[in-house]
Amino acid sequence: MLRGVTFEVGRGETVALMGPNGSGKSTVLRVLATLIRPNAGNAGVAGLDSVRDAQDVRGRVGYLAHTPGLYDDLTARENLEFAADMLGLPHSAVEATLERAGLGNVSLARVRGFSAGMQRRLALARLMMRRPEVLLLDEPYANLDEAGVELMNSVISEVIESGGTALLALHELAPARAILDRAITLADGRVAAGSPQRAAAH
Amino acid sequence: MAARDDWRRVRAIARKDLTTELRAKAGFNGVASLAVTILVMLGLSLGPDGESLRNAAVGAVWLATLFSGVLAFNRSFQVELEGGALEPLLLYPGPRWTIFAGKLVANLIFVSLIVVIVMMVGIVLFGITIPDRWLALAGVTGLGVFGLVVLGTFYASMSSRSRAREVLLPLLLFPMLVPVLLAATSASKALLGADLMQESGAWIRLLIGYDLVFLIATFIAFEHVIEA
Repeated sequence: MLRGVTFEVGRGETVALMGPNGSGKSTVLRVLATLIRPNAGNAGVAGLDSVRDAQDVRGRVGYLAHTPGLYDDLTARENLEFAADMLGLPHSAVEATLERAGLGNVSLARVRGFSAGMQRRLALARLMMRRPEVLLLDEPYANLDEAGVELMNSVISEVIESGGTALLALHELAPARAILDRAITLADGRVAAGSPQRAAAH
Repeated sequence: MAARDDWRRVRAIARKDLTTELRAKAGFNGVASLAVTILVMLGLSLGPDGESLRNAAVGAVWLATLFSGVLAFNRSFQVELEGGALEPLLLYPGPRWTIFAGKLVANLIFVSLIVVIVMMVGIVLFGITIPDRWLALAGVTGLGVFGLVVLGTFYASMSSRSRAREVLLPLLLFPMLVPVLLAATSASKALLGADLMQESGAWIRLLIGYDLVFLIATFIAFEHVIEA
């Protein structure tokens, strides 16, 4: 539950949400991603209201949850082709995305046999296909090896360089230290520490 | 352009659901086996009397379809909940009705295949003679399946996020399906017999009306149900 959390993240900023389990980090991301409607107050993404303009917000946001949200009985390629169909993109983008995610050699294997790290990479590949303006990443480094962490950071950097925004819910800062601008700490559904101020509105 | 994108989403969801079901261990084969088992059990419980079997055939076929259909409807949303796939699905741009339409198309194909199997087994097991008006009978079956799938898909979306979904779905669905079952079985029986009273037409009109009303209502209501 959130209790009056107020903060802003500017265009071109990468901000970490820190805090113990149950502090509200994931809830903040889910509200911004339009998956939860706030009972009171409001949440905005790229100048849009997350409730009133939910459909437009969904078109701009890339959300990565704890769970990869993949279809186990489909292959890696089929999972991305499904995403391409849902996003209105051509299938030709799929192969290159799989290669970049380091999954080119297992593109025809069913996801059921993938390790947690490979599933995370595939979820990231699906996120890359969206070309989002705003990244909302919940524990993005979970289960990733060193190369996976590098891939995640390069994807985040690309979004930032193109004028986007990234908000990361993290337990530890170490993997993201090189790309972070600041951190906000939540505790018991409130902002407990850190700068809630923005660099520039987004 | 938007309509073409929406249609692409509908096809993608239907294809994904059908592929998943055909590959899953408890998918099509499991549901089809259950339907045939129900039919055989009903046949055995009615005894060897040919007349009794023929009289009960239509009801038995529809009950087997209904019970196996409930499994299919539950699975169509369970596949989204396993591994948290529902959230990414809800985050794709585009209108919500495309999700419902995609699942509806997949369930229609799935349940229609089950019905074909059930009917073939039923014809042999219950000694049904294929009537001259078999095309009308196929039409009635199609209308009945459509009503069953529209309501089944909708109520499965409603119950999918409940822990008691396996129990909740039949409790919500079966009372709503009484008119469909009544109309489909009555029209089928009339078409299998001489239909001296010309009653099949009235039941078919009821089926068409019921299907249309609930198709429109469920498309409108789905967005609110899936957002809840």
